[in-house]
Amino acid sequence: MGFFLEVLIGGLLGGVLYALVALGFVLIFKASGILNFAQGAMVFAAGLGFAAAMEKTSAHMPFALALATSLLLATGMMLLTAWAIERFVLRPLVNQNGLTLFMATIGVAFMVEGLAQQIFGNNIRRIDVGLPKTSMFILESQFDGGILVNALDLWTAVIAALLVVALSLFFQNTRTGRALRAVADDHTAAQSVGIPLNWIWFIVWSIAGGVALVAAIVWGSKIGVQFALTFVALKALPVLIVGGLTSIPGAIVAGLLVGMGEKFAEVYLGPSLGGGIEQWFAYVLALFVLLVRPQGLFGERIIERI
Amino acid sequence: MNAPIPRRDIASSTSAPLLSVDNISLAFGGVKAITDVSFDIRKGEIRAIIGPNGAGKTSMLNCINGFYHPQAGSITYKGNKRERMRPHVAAAQGIARTFQNVALFKGMSTLDNILTGRSLKVRRGLLWQAIWFGPALAEQIENRIAVERIIDFLEIESIRKIPVGKLSYGLQKRVELGRALAMEPDLLLLDEPMAGMNTEEKEDMCRFILDANRRLGTTIALIEHDMGVVMDLSDRVVVLEYGRKIADGTPAEVKRNEKVIAAYLGVPH
Amino acid sequence: MIYSDEGQLKTTYAADMVIFPLAQDRTLFAILMLLAFVGIPALALAGIPPFHADYIFKAILTPFLILSLAALGLNILVGYCGQISLGAGAFMAVGAYAAFNFASRIPELPVLIAILLGGGVAAAVGVCFGVPSLRIKGLYLAVATLAAQFFFDWLFLRVRWFTQDSPSGSVSAPKLNVFGWHADSAVERYLLVLSIIVVLAALAKNLVRSDIGRQWMAVRDMDLAAEIIGIRPVRAKLTAFAVSSFIIGVAGALWAFVNLGSWEPSTFSIDRSLQILFMVIVGGLGSILGCFLGAAFVLLLPIMLDIVPGALGMPLSTDTVSNMTMFLFGALIVFFLVVEPHGLARLWVILKEKLKIWPFPY
Repeated sequence: MGFFLEVLIGGLLGGVLYALVALGFVLIFKASGILNFAQGAMVFAAGLGFAAAMEKTSAHMPFALALATSLLLATGMMLLTAWAIERFVLRPLVNQNGLTLFMATIGVAFMVEGLAQQIFGNNIRRIDVGLPKTSMFILESQFDGGILVNALDLWTAVIAALLVVALSLFFQNTRTGRALRAVADDHTAAQSVGIPLNWIWFIVWSIAGGVALVAAIVWGSKIGVQFALTFVALKALPVLIVGGLTSIPGAIVAGLLVGMGEKFAEVYLGPSLGGGIEQWFAYVLALFVLLVRPQGLFGERIIERI
Repeated sequence: MNAPIPRRDIASSTSAPLLSVDNISLAFGGVKAITDVSFDIRKGEIRAIIGPNGAGKTSMLNCINGFYHPQAGSITYKGNKRERMRPHVAAAQGIARTFQNVALFKGMSTLDNILTGRSLKVRRGLLWQAIWFGPALAEQIENRIAVERIIDFLEIESIRKIPVGKLSYGLQKRVELGRALAMEPDLLLLDEPMAGMNTEEKEDMCRFILDANRRLGTTIALIEHDMGVVMDLSDRVVVLEYGRKIADGTPAEVKRNEKVIAAYLGVPH
Repeated sequence: MIYSDEGQLKTTYAADMVIFPLAQDRTLFAILMLLAFVGIPALALAGIPPFHADYIFKAILTPFLILSLAALGLNILVGYCGQISLGAGAFMAVGAYAAFNFASRIPELPVLIAILLGGGVAAAVGVCFGVPSLRIKGLYLAVATLAAQFFFDWLFLRVRWFTQDSPSGSVSAPKLNVFGWHADSAVERYLLVLSIIVVLAALAKNLVRSDIGRQWMAVRDMDLAAEIIGIRPVRAKLTAFAVSSFIIGVAGALWAFVNLGSWEPSTFSIDRSLQILFMVIVGGLGSILGCFLGAAFVLLLPIMLDIVPGALGMPLSTDTVSNMTMFLFGALIVFFLVVEPHGLARLWVILKEKLKIWPFPY
């Protein structure tokens, strides 16, 4: 039982990371109908930028100041990226079909990855923002030996929860948030009541950039900033499908489900299948969800009209 | 080509119904689109469906060609009561259709668009088509000849190889009619074939519809807002309002019907 | 005035339906074929640079042809039928490993047959992964094909049966014995690949200009309207998946057997899938010619980036070259999607249109 719970909690905490990246996807999909293949690349670029800034600044100033400066620099970089994407990719492609836009984001992903590596180098970088990394045992009174939990994972969960709360408040209670929801419902209608589409897209890609930065920091703290991050981030795509493309709660629940599911699959099925199930578990799960419930667990039903 | 059918015979009640709609109701969630509507379409006639916007006309066509499935009532086509079916089955049974908003294949030329209408006539399989020569080529040429006849009929020879996306709205509607005719349908459903056209284009379209009906013997069901066109073209008219049938009869009868006048002009209270 | 349709009147529909309606195009194509089948091998035999060395065959011509074939397969699915796929690499892998298993488990089987059977298995697998496309559209399908990609990456790495117990999934192809002809030298291998590709490309071209091709395009442009004129979307989509996966599978088997000789699953990773997707986008969605142009472009760009700055006296580091290649590919994809969604092939068509009326602007 102790072991079971340990796997469960480990899976859930791993799932938080997926949920975090999936959140970025959902925001962009809701506001612009684009499935953003570049989200993983943005996480990678944000991580590289932040890590490089930390390395440079921490030599010259106290830790807290270096952290603040690096955060500021990395945020600035993500804003710049969002602006460039809006200006040079989205604006010329306005009114194109989803497929074209999706392929364009694959292009963006490669541009961002190539450029980020060219600027910050191809080495793996460590991120240390002072989050504790110690492992600890909890519930030792209930179970023999207790349950092994990583403090970093717990912190990640807390940060993710805060981020979700902040985003929901932003969407529900601010003018820009309402405009975003209006654009999500209907581009043309939103435009006709005077909501500037380009500005909204810039905002939403900036927020997605910010979410990417947060994901990069917690993820980078765990496994370092490396190219493989883009593939881990890609797993947010099946998470998205499981949760439903337009649902923020869906992204979170599905993130947790996928994280948990793949841990269980790995631990209990892995030995008999040769291991490495984590690579594809999320995708195959998404495939089944697509077959059974194409709109995902929380998505809106797709109605066809002619 | 079939011999012209005398108009008077069609309007008379002796002609057998090609399709009859019995007590159909259709709802989307709580919204009722069609409520308990019955009417029939006789072989060889031009049957108009009219009514104000939102009366359920397009929904009715969608039911007839299997895109929507009514919750109640039945459709009898060629004497057989129809099961729930997909649109391609309706197409295979000889029901063709044009759309209110042009639904052409934008990436293809006029010729290819109309050729897709011949898809049901193609018998040679994948392998023959890959080989191209021999029986597959003979079949291609056969279909090409049929399509060229339609191109000729619709007077669109000059735009044969132009991608349809580049054509004017009026021409696109003509190509769409061509694609439907290429199917050699028994029943042709036309959803506002003259919407957004100028007088000249309308006259052309009327001529094509009449010719298709008389020379090819195609039975036609037509939704149209231009009352002049409806009265001139159609043999019988059914009038819908808010999803219910309010009148049914020859153009002259319908024109005199008080409910129809009220629906179109409003009644003084 | 050399390139013009002046005086070339067609009197039959058959003459109007040929692949190259213009006599000049036919001549050009014939010259190209002659060059590919006779000219280049002759130059190699005569020892004339750059064809004297195996390098040009092994590193450029053969990979170019095989990847063109893979792009052709993908283009049928994405460009003609409008179904996005990020799993081309996986279907190449299926083709390669299936062909390997046929060849090594049934030694009497001619290699060519094994390669085609590999394509057949890929087609069957493709149909299975195409089934979700009947219920889901566009972007959702991208994820379904990603599932194929990651699943097969794993399968050939971990399940020993497929690789006959070789560690890390690395296997070697049997000798290339085509009905008694041993394709051993680089030039012979090039000729083998060339023949297969010419045949498959011709068959594919025939399909896309036949009824089935029009069905694919109809489903791509407006699937509901297609269904209403009697096209069964199920059949159209699944045949597209089957034909596409067959071609990609054969390309995968050729890549493994002819180009690499021995390989491991990582050669068919998602990077390969994306590379082939690039070829299709840059070359031109919905164009057979585009596949070849796109493959040439995608293959040559990194080589150019490696050679040209060096020749200009400012060599770039390997990292820089790979980063710049990545960035340029990304930028080109966006550029083509924005400016010319039909890619290089469309540019070629525009050039021909202009030539036809030259020296007049209209």
